[in-house]
Amino acid sequence: MANMSLKKNPMPAQEPDVRNKNFNEVALGYTEEMALDEAARCLNCKNHPCVSGCPVQIHIPEFIAKVAAGEFEEAYQIISQTSSLPAVCGRVCPQENQCEKHCVRGIKGEAVGIGRLERFVADWHNEHVTTPPVKPASNGHKVAVVGSGPSGLTCAGDLAKKGYEVTVFEALHLAGGVLVYGIPEFRLPKAIVQKEVDNLKALGVTIATNVVVGRTISIDELMEEEGFEAVFIGSGAGLPMFMGIPGENYKGVYSANEFLTRINLMKAYRPDSDTPIQHPKKVAVVGGGNVAMDAARCSKRLGAEVYVVYRRGMEELPARREEVEHAEEEGVIFKTLNNPVEILADENDNVRAIRCIKMELGEPDASGRRRPVEVPGSEFELDVDCVIMSLGTSPNPLIKSTTKGLEINRKGGIVVNEDGLTSRANVYAGGDAVTGAATVILAMGAGKTAAKAIDEAFQNK
Amino acid sequence: MFRIVKKEPLNPTVVLFEIEAPMIAKKAEPGQFIILRVDENGERIPLTIHDYDREKGTVSIIVQIIGATTFKLNQLNEGDCLHDFVGPLGKATETEGKKKVAVVGGGVGCAIAYPVLKKFHECGAEVHAVVGFKNKDLVILEDKFRAASSVMKLVTDDGSYGEKGLVTDALKELIDAGNEYDEIFAIGPAIMMKFVSLTTKPYGIPTTVSMSPIMIDGTGMCGGCRLSVGGEMKFACVDGPDFDGHKVDWDLAVKRNQMYREFEMHKHEETCNLFKKEAN
Repeated sequence: MANMSLKKNPMPAQEPDVRNKNFNEVALGYTEEMALDEAARCLNCKNHPCVSGCPVQIHIPEFIAKVAAGEFEEAYQIISQTSSLPAVCGRVCPQENQCEKHCVRGIKGEAVGIGRLERFVADWHNEHVTTPPVKPASNGHKVAVVGSGPSGLTCAGDLAKKGYEVTVFEALHLAGGVLVYGIPEFRLPKAIVQKEVDNLKALGVTIATNVVVGRTISIDELMEEEGFEAVFIGSGAGLPMFMGIPGENYKGVYSANEFLTRINLMKAYRPDSDTPIQHPKKVAVVGGGNVAMDAARCSKRLGAEVYVVYRRGMEELPARREEVEHAEEEGVIFKTLNNPVEILADENDNVRAIRCIKMELGEPDASGRRRPVEVPGSEFELDVDCVIMSLGTSPNPLIKSTTKGLEINRKGGIVVNEDGLTSRANVYAGGDAVTGAATVILAMGAGKTAAKAIDEAFQNK
Repeated sequence: MFRIVKKEPLNPTVVLFEIEAPMIAKKAEPGQFIILRVDENGERIPLTIHDYDREKGTVSIIVQIIGATTFKLNQLNEGDCLHDFVGPLGKATETEGKKKVAVVGGGVGCAIAYPVLKKFHECGAEVHAVVGFKNKDLVILEDKFRAASSVMKLVTDDGSYGEKGLVTDALKELIDAGNEYDEIFAIGPAIMMKFVSLTTKPYGIPTTVSMSPIMIDGTGMCGGCRLSVGGEMKFACVDGPDFDGHKVDWDLAVKRNQMYREFEMHKHEETCNLFKKEAN
């Protein structure tokens, strides 16, 4: 008998006033009782609309039925058929715009907590099943994957399961890409990412850190000299953007990438880390996306008073609703409908304030959102000693400038067909390197598509 | 792993490390840099490549022991390994097609000036060297500079070796003596590169400087290494590290590099104390 409660089981979480002072995970995960209760809310619809909303097409009703039956490992096996990073996706996917958006239960009441159940199943597996996956027999084909973020790891995992000999090249000293340098520990514990990477290694994937493809070795050399028959480029988004306003080079102005990398990858908040970071008193985070929320919440945890400065209104914030709510609960102050015009510094070039102008919403623009318009004469100064620019990224020129014949679009993204194939034979690409900054799950979907296409290309040879 | 195959002190605070890193040795060119981490909690620090041996598969760096990370690095010996070593990063220095150049090195910057100078020499340019140090004890690579240059000026701040004076004085003398340089290449402390650029500007001689700002990833991702060059924002790791010295906003570059000075001094003391404790 289905559980007809209109509400999802709420996610247990650390109290806002406690968690905004530590870097431990905010959401604590369902207990078995909660998972059983939530799974019973699924009606197991015949046409399963939820699956169509999932970029990697997880067999959602099937896995939830197993959870409802208390068969958690079986549920995990169903998810693993299509997703290589369930513990990650259960935490960072925007489910409200994907699977849960299509859930029948959402028509009257709240959708089934699909993401929370996915996370429960993955965590249960990681806690109870310690046998590593078995390495399949090699099929003798070598594939190189550039970048160890979500698209690269997914592509590598899918190919390794089919017996390909996969090497993942990572520029940084640690595998995981944005999962380790970008997304903070309190949203995605790094031990979970490491576990996923370890699983890939058990499948036979080689992870080569400290290799910058385009500098240490080129794609042409990988194919001509190192014997890789196919390459997947999942090198990520690229160079942080700035506003082009005066004062952006003063001391105390960070890109969100730099600020988050110091904290997440280099652990600069910990006393045993050799990497420095400013411990600001008042921070202005400029921008309204998920990365801005991460930067704001990290700043809060360093002890600062934090403002999010965004030129449109609360309704227009591009960040996930849940992230905005978490930030508000933790005491982040939203200064929406304000746009920075200049950053001001003291005599030593340390940031002392950000000058903003008030905005109001005018007519809708091409994107359908109401266009923000400056209110004349409304400039004011906000006293801060740190500004974090979270305005998105522009593509990294490194790979395109060192790879012959790789076609790039107007925005600098790599051009691919529906299979992820680039203008170069046997070279595929996916994730932010193709689309510009997007989500983890879309990148995983692209990695998956390319892995399938690479396999089919070899089968047809 | 990145094994130290040779460690050679060049003066009391400057040490040469030759590191086993075949992939980097195969690609390295003068002007490029590497990023290293000494241990698991280590900071990523960028250091310009001093030399490379493609056959042996090694890359040499010359390090001034100045902060916590370089102090830790100096605790390692031949046979020990670095935790991480990545590169070659940045664009190589453009050394081709020049008839006559002057290479100016200051202090430990000479470690990096040398491979550039050698490459200019190999590309067929007439090369003049101007190298400056605080005092006699800190002089490095004198013989190597002499071998690859047709004119060499060595100056020290206190006159304890070579001529007494600054590199800018020596450079000005060479220019005023009628030497017509296609290019001046300067590398050393930011303040020295600034004054070399100011010296050459009235003469209109193209001047290239090698910048070493604060950096994390070295691939363009963090934007920490941004500089203002000719009013435009540039990232030293992907657009540089070489820039037109006449266009760099020097005051800002100098100040940005001091961002973490307090932290570094504190960390250095902490590290020194830690090793003192261990020694007891």
